[in-house]
Amino acid sequence: MSPLPSCRSKPSDTTSGRYARPVRDASAHRVLFATSRVSMATPSVALHQAVEASSDSVLAAAPSPPVHVRIVNVSKRFGAFQALKAVDLEIFRGEFVCFLGPSGCGKTTLLRAIAGLDPQTDGLIFMGERDVSSLPPADRDFGIVFQSYALFPNLTVAANVGYGLVNRRLGRKTINERVAELLATVGLADQAAKYPVQLSGGQQQRVALARALATSPSLLLLDEPLSALDARVRVRLRDELKSLQRRLGLTTIMVTHDQEEAMGLADRIVVMNRGEIEQVGSPSEIYSRPRTAFVADFIGTMNFFDAFVAGSHQLQIGSLVLETREAISAANGQRVRAGFRPEELKIAEPGSGSALVGRVRDIGFHGGFCRIGLELDGEPLVQLAADVPAQRLRGMTLAVGHPVAFSIPPEHVHVFG
Amino acid sequence: MATAGTLSKESSDAVSGSSARSRALSDGFILGLITALLLIWLLVIVAAPLATLLVKSVQNNKGEFVGLANYATYFATPTLVASLWNSFWIATLSTAIVVPLAFVYAYCLKRTCMRAKTIFLSVALLPIFAPSLLSAVSLIYIFGNQGFLKSWLMGAEIYGPLGIVIAQVFYCFPHAVLILTTALALADQRLYEAANALGTSRIRTFLTITLPGAKYGLVSATFVIFTLVITDFGIAKVIGGQFNVLATDAYKQVVGQQNFEMGAVVGFVLLVPALAAFAIDRVIQRRQVSLLSSRAVPLEPKPNFVGDAIATVYCVFIGGLIVGVIGVAVWASFITYWPYNLTLSLRNYNFAEFEAAGWAPYWNSIAMSSLVAVLGTVIIFVGAYIVEKARGLPTARNLIQFLAMVPMAVPGLVIGLAYVFFINAPWNPLGFLYGTIAVLAINSIAHFYTVAHITAATALKQIDPEFESVGASLKVPVHTTFLRVTVPICTPTLLDIAVYLFVNAMTTVSAVIFLYGAHTKLAAISIVHMDEAGMSAAAAAMATLVLLTALAVKLAHILLDRLVFGRLQAWRGR
Repeated sequence: MSPLPSCRSKPSDTTSGRYARPVRDASAHRVLFATSRVSMATPSVALHQAVEASSDSVLAAAPSPPVHVRIVNVSKRFGAFQALKAVDLEIFRGEFVCFLGPSGCGKTTLLRAIAGLDPQTDGLIFMGERDVSSLPPADRDFGIVFQSYALFPNLTVAANVGYGLVNRRLGRKTINERVAELLATVGLADQAAKYPVQLSGGQQQRVALARALATSPSLLLLDEPLSALDARVRVRLRDELKSLQRRLGLTTIMVTHDQEEAMGLADRIVVMNRGEIEQVGSPSEIYSRPRTAFVADFIGTMNFFDAFVAGSHQLQIGSLVLETREAISAANGQRVRAGFRPEELKIAEPGSGSALVGRVRDIGFHGGFCRIGLELDGEPLVQLAADVPAQRLRGMTLAVGHPVAFSIPPEHVHVFG
Repeated sequence: MATAGTLSKESSDAVSGSSARSRALSDGFILGLITALLLIWLLVIVAAPLATLLVKSVQNNKGEFVGLANYATYFATPTLVASLWNSFWIATLSTAIVVPLAFVYAYCLKRTCMRAKTIFLSVALLPIFAPSLLSAVSLIYIFGNQGFLKSWLMGAEIYGPLGIVIAQVFYCFPHAVLILTTALALADQRLYEAANALGTSRIRTFLTITLPGAKYGLVSATFVIFTLVITDFGIAKVIGGQFNVLATDAYKQVVGQQNFEMGAVVGFVLLVPALAAFAIDRVIQRRQVSLLSSRAVPLEPKPNFVGDAIATVYCVFIGGLIVGVIGVAVWASFITYWPYNLTLSLRNYNFAEFEAAGWAPYWNSIAMSSLVAVLGTVIIFVGAYIVEKARGLPTARNLIQFLAMVPMAVPGLVIGLAYVFFINAPWNPLGFLYGTIAVLAINSIAHFYTVAHITAATALKQIDPEFESVGASLKVPVHTTFLRVTVPICTPTLLDIAVYLFVNAMTTVSAVIFLYGAHTKLAAISIVHMDEAGMSAAAAAMATLVLLTALAVKLAHILLDRLVFGRLQAWRGR
C-alpha cells in the first residue's frame, strides 16, 4: 500500500479560486482517487466508496463530451461591487450542472451573463464554437425558467407556451401542435385554456418549463426554479425535471442555494463564493473531498478545529496527535484549519483502545440518526459532533455526561491551508 | 395560613381585575362616544345633504311629491338634453386626448432613463395647484378675440367646445399622469426578460406585457378623467361662450332661474357618470392586486440613447405647453392693459378697482382653506383611526367607512347643490350657517373627505396592530397610545393630508359656487365673477395668486418634510 498521493492540490491552487481548467483538474483527481482508495477503505465506508468509485470510473472512462458552454475569464461589476471575479468554466453537452452557493455569491449573475440578460463586464462566453459574448439573448440558443415563473398573467397557458413560437412566425397549426405536445410532456394537457393565476405554483412552473422548451433550445437555464414551491411539490418536480433532462439530453444549468437539490440533480456542481468558483466536481466528489473549508462547510456538516502541523501526516491539537492520510503541505508548527464529517467519527466502547477519549455533551435526535455532541478530554474548547445511525445507537449506552472513546479515521481528516 | 394566602391572592386579583375593567370601560366609553359623534357628523355633512338633493328632485316647487315628473320635464326640454349630449361628447373627446398623451408622458417618466424626471413630474402636476379655470383664462389670452395667436385657429372660435376641450386637457392631464405613473411604476422585470429570451419584438413586448400590465390604470384614468370633465364647472363657465353643458345648466337653473327642482335633477344626472366611474374603479382595484406576485422582480429601465432622447423631447414639448399655458396667465396678470399697454405693473392686483370685495375673497380663501386643513385633518384622521383600530361597534364603524367613501363618487357641483338645498331647508336648524365661512369649510371637508381618509387609513394600516394591545397590557389609556405613538408615527401623513385639503379648498370652484355669502366670497369665485364682468386681467391676477399660494404651501411642505421631519423621523432609519 503506497501512501495516497495528495488529492488536494497545492495551497495556492485551493485558495485562489482561479482554475484555468477546473474540469480537467477534477477528473484527473477522480482517476487517482478511484483506483487507490477502494483498497484502503475500512469496511464501514466501503459501500459508500464503492458507489463513489463506480460513478467516478464511469465518468472517467467515457470520452469527454464536446464543450457546450465555455466561460473564459468572465467578470461582472455592479458599480464598485465585483459580482464575478474572472471566472473560467466549461460545461459539456448534455450534462446537468448546478451553480451552488450562498446568496450574493454570483451564481445568478453568472447564469444571467450566459443568458445575455446582464452582459459580463469582461471576458468571453462561447456556445459550442460560437462566440456569443456580445450577442443579445434572442440570438443565443437557450430557454430560461425563472424563480417567479414569469408567466404572462394576461395570456392563457397555451398562449404562454406558444409565445416564443409566434415570434418565429410559425403557422398557427404548427404552433398548436407543438404547444399540445409540450403541455402533454409536462403533464398539463388539460389546462391549456386556463390563465396562470388559476394554476398552482407547481403547475405554473411546469408551464414556464414548457415555454422555455418550446423553441427546442439546446441549453436550458434554470434560475432557482424550485425554491418558490413547497417542499413536497419541489421534490416531485425535481425528479420530473431530471428525467425530462435525461430524456431530451438537454444541457442544463441550474442556479440553486439548496445543497440537497444540487446533490440530487447535478452531474457536476459548481460551488461559488464571493464571485469566485470554489470547486467544480461531481456531488460525491465535492462532499467527500472538499477543496476548501468553505465548500466543506457549505455542503453537509463538518467538524472544524484549529491544529498545528506536527509532521507530513500529523496534526497536533493541544496534547493530542491526529493522523491524516493526506500529506500536509504546510510547514511544521504552522497553524491550520482541519475538519472531518460527523458521520466519520467512530464511537467505540470505553477501553477498546481508541485514540481519543471525551464526554457526551448532548444528544440530538434527527430521525434516522442521532447527532452526538462530544467534548474532548483536556481540550474543552474542541467540540465535536458525531452522527450515529439510530439503529447502531440502540446497541450503545450513551447518555449526557458519559465518557466515550472514539477515533477519527485518518483518511477522512481534511486539512485546509 | 393557606386559606388566608389564597384569599388575599384572590382579592388582589379581584382588585386588579376590576381596575382593568374600569379602564376598559372608560376607554371603551371614550371610543364609543367618539365613534357616535363621528357617525353623526358624517350623517350630517354627507348623507343628509345628498338625501335632501334626492328628495328635492322628486318634489315640485311647493314641496309636494311629484315622482319622476321633474325628470320627465328635464328630458322633454330640448336645450337641457342638448347640454347632456354636449357634456357627453366633450368629455369623451377630452378623455380620448388626455389619456394617450398622459400615458406616453407617464411611460417616459417610469420606463425610460431620461434625465430630470422629478422636474418633468412636477411640471406635469402644476395644473393641480391652480383653479381649473386658469387654463381657460390663459387660452382666452392666447386664442381669444384679442389673443396673440388667434390667427393660428384659422377663423375657428376658442369660445365654445374647442376652448373647453383644450382647457380640459390641461386641467385633467396631471390627474391622468398620476394614475398612469402608478400603473406603470410596477412591473415584473422577469416578464420582459422571458420575452426577450424568446426573441420578442419591441412592439409585441409592448402589446403583450406593458399594455396589459397598465390596463387597469388606463381604464381607471379613462373613467376618472371622463368624470372630471363632465362635472367641471369653471372651464365651461369661462370659455364655453354660448355652448351649454350639464355643469353650467345646473348653475343657471339654481342661481339664474332659482329653479331648484330642475337643478336637483341635473345634479342627479351628473351623479350617474361619477357613480359609474367610482364603481368600476372599485372593481378594478380589487382585481389589480392579484396581478403582481410577491416574487416579481421590479423592472428597472435600462439606458437607451435614442429612446431616452425621444422621451426627453416629448416631455419637454408637453411640459413646455403646460408651463406656457400657465405662464401666459401669470404674465397676463402683470400686463397693465392688454393689448394696448403692455408694460408690466401690479395694477391688476389692485382688486378693489375691479370688484367691491377687493382682496377680501383672497383672505377668505386663505381662512377657509386653513380651517379645512386643520379641522379636516383632525376629524378625518380620528375617523380613520376609529375605522382601522377601534374594536367595538362594528356596525357604526362600517357605516363610517361607507360614508367616508361616498364623497369620492360625488362631483363637487353635486355636493354644492346638495348643500344649498340642505342648508336652506326650512326644517334645518343649521340654516343660520348659510353664507358663513363655516359652511364653506364643512362643505369642502365633505367634498375632499375620501382621498384624505384613504391616505390616513393606509398609513394606519401599516402600523403594527398590536401597539394598542401593548398599550392596554401596560395599562396605558388608549388616548395616550394614540397621542404618544400613533400620531407621531403618522406625522408625515397628517401633513400630506393637511396640504392636500388646503390646496383643494383653495382651488375649488364647483362645490362652493352656490354657498358663499355676501361677506364670504372666495378667491376662486371672484375669478369667475371678474371674468364674467370682462375683467380677464384681474381674473388672471387672482388665479395667479391662488396658484402661487398653493405652490408655496406645497413647497413649504416639501421643505418641512425634508428638513424637520427627516430628523424627527430618525427611527425610520433613512
